[in-house]
Amino acid sequence: MILPVWNESQKRSALILFGIASAGAGISIAIGEIGARFSKIWACLSSFALKNSIPTALLTPLSMIIQCSILIGFISVSVMFMVWWERKVSAHMQNRLGPMFTGGWHGWAQTIADAIKLLLKEDIIPAEANPWVHRLAPIVAFVPAFLCYAALPFGEGLISADLDIGILYIFAISGLSVLGIVMAGWGSGNKYSLLGGLRAAAQSVSYEIPRVLSVVPILMMVGSLKLTSIANVQTGFWQIAGIPVLPKWFIFYPIVGQIAFLIFLISSVAETNRTPFDIAEAESELVAGFHTEYSGMKFSFFFLAEYAYVFLSSGLTTVLFLGGGSGPILPSWSWFLLKSFAVVFLFLWFRWTFPRLRVDRLMEFTWKFLLPWSFVNILITGFILLF
Amino acid sequence: MNTEIVKIQGQDSKTEEMILNLGPQHPSTHGVLRVILKMDGEVITSAQPDVGYLHRGTEKLAENRTYPQMLVISDRWDYLAAMSNNLVWSLAVEKLMQIEVPARGQILRVIMVELNRIASHLVFFGTYGIDIGAYTPFLYAFREREKILDLFEEVSGARMTYNYIRIGGVMADLPKDWIGRCRSFLEWMKPRFVEYDTLLTENPIFQDRTKNIGILPQPLAISYGISGPNLRGSSNPFDLRKDAPYCLYDKFNFSIPTGKNGDCWDRYWVRIEEMKESVKIIEQALEMLPEGECNAKVPRIIRPPIGEVYAQIEAPRGMLGIYLVSDGGDKPYRVHVRPPSFINLAVLQEILVGMKVADVIAILGSIDIVLGEVDR
Repeated sequence: MILPVWNESQKRSALILFGIASAGAGISIAIGEIGARFSKIWACLSSFALKNSIPTALLTPLSMIIQCSILIGFISVSVMFMVWWERKVSAHMQNRLGPMFTGGWHGWAQTIADAIKLLLKEDIIPAEANPWVHRLAPIVAFVPAFLCYAALPFGEGLISADLDIGILYIFAISGLSVLGIVMAGWGSGNKYSLLGGLRAAAQSVSYEIPRVLSVVPILMMVGSLKLTSIANVQTGFWQIAGIPVLPKWFIFYPIVGQIAFLIFLISSVAETNRTPFDIAEAESELVAGFHTEYSGMKFSFFFLAEYAYVFLSSGLTTVLFLGGGSGPILPSWSWFLLKSFAVVFLFLWFRWTFPRLRVDRLMEFTWKFLLPWSFVNILITGFILLF
Repeated sequence: MNTEIVKIQGQDSKTEEMILNLGPQHPSTHGVLRVILKMDGEVITSAQPDVGYLHRGTEKLAENRTYPQMLVISDRWDYLAAMSNNLVWSLAVEKLMQIEVPARGQILRVIMVELNRIASHLVFFGTYGIDIGAYTPFLYAFREREKILDLFEEVSGARMTYNYIRIGGVMADLPKDWIGRCRSFLEWMKPRFVEYDTLLTENPIFQDRTKNIGILPQPLAISYGISGPNLRGSSNPFDLRKDAPYCLYDKFNFSIPTGKNGDCWDRYWVRIEEMKESVKIIEQALEMLPEGECNAKVPRIIRPPIGEVYAQIEAPRGMLGIYLVSDGGDKPYRVHVRPPSFINLAVLQEILVGMKVADVIAILGSIDIVLGEVDR
């Protein structure tokens, strides 16, 4: 085997990356399971409230507000990180460096600066636009993304609403976002926006179906729609003569798991409107698609929604196929984040290497290829379960 | 393709064709081109290219400039291949004055023009990737183009408007060690084609987007006067370097790649293959570069005899010609340019009809126009 010869700067960056990784691992081990800590803090708070005779009716809204703020904080921080990360990853795939100056070390503060810039930008409503539809569209696009995070298990005990129909809830709510995109397309009074909105509507509605159907085999095997129980089933290892070979993740289930994973991944990329399925905002065709006429904060809401969905899809992939938070040594939340960001990396990789599909081929692909295969997959699962 | 307007029975509804102005400010028109598209849903029913946004009247300007001064303006026609423009102007004036350029000058011209062909096709490769939706090939192509521009900068001092090929020869002989640097660039370039193939050419999505899209049949291409890679994509091996050799092109050993169906894929593939052929030509040229003068004796003030002349070369975008009339003075009496981009663009109105909006971009990109040359 030929070992790669590393030069000084490569050695240094490898060392820095190793340092970051080990520091991250150390910190997450030191923090331990966040879920348990949160419940302890919450128990303290409620006992404090009881002692000081604060009515319990206040406590429930308070807990909701705390959970919401944590989620919003998480979404914005992770989106900021993802934007920076995407810029770095794409830059290195393209022989560039990406942001290098803002903040000092490898331009880490670039997204913060960008966010401030977007906040300060003038808010424009075109004369042709329908002002209310135009104003509401970014909110309608973003709010469902945020709502979906409520049912996403970030690790053991880290889920704000452990619904019995968790997976169904996420699919149902995330489907609402397309309304915002259609509103943006229609309300902008721009032909490119209109075309983009229509394309997005057609695409989202079509890809929703194989996406849901690809998950059905998992539901059949687990027998539950609850995301935490789906994640729990996948803990542990398959053993051959007492030696653990493969983790019991659903992706490693023979045939069924791989087909389901591929279909789910492809339709997730399509759902989040990213290359090769970014026909809704195809820059070279439709200028910027449905958000052509948006600027400032309203534009950044679409941006936020897109990246929030990217992480949501990666998180779902992790929970459904990659065993959720299961893993050795590190606490469950850090395993969840690690796996999710690995899937996010896949998304970025697709985006920066693939050309864009044409809109009619896109539809053919989902109706004539993904959909039949997801049915076949369900059939195979049925046979496996029968015999 | 005819689009039917479907009348819903019993309802007083009507459908309307949407008119979409593609450009002049649009990311994929490669400059300031406006195409007026009439669409039925996403299907094009009529396309009208509207040019002239970049018109500078260079042909008229020529009448007030001396012959060497016009070289500077010729750089601005096809700004991605300024060497070809310099060459065709110089060839026209030399033909009029019957100046014979020494062999070294001729070979130097071939080297520069072929390097420029690679640079120009690299821009096509990169921007075509962007048109189709792949961003990464663009930066790969520009990495290589950067090296070519560095080579040009060394010989001419400029990176885009070279003004290097002059009447009677070239501006100056090669700088020291330039040949070695050029050779190392060619060695660097060869494995890059494999990279491009794995990144874009062999990508199934890319092939799906380009194969059987925007088919330009050979008779149509000929009747519209299409030339260059667009014509060769339609399986017609017409290339002035072979058919009417200039600058000792008949001494080089190279082949003319041709496509099969005349679709976007063929036009793309022809350009990629042409880059490989150009690498071969430059290698041979560096090999056979003779010693000696590179410039012919040219009078200080150029006053060609009364007469008219037509010179043509194979520019990266097709047959670039100059029609020049001299009245014996130091300024041309009349100049006309045969711009390949302009003539290639005209066929858009035929091949766009019946295509989808997304294909418009793929087809427009595959025609590879430079608006500086379309409008002059």
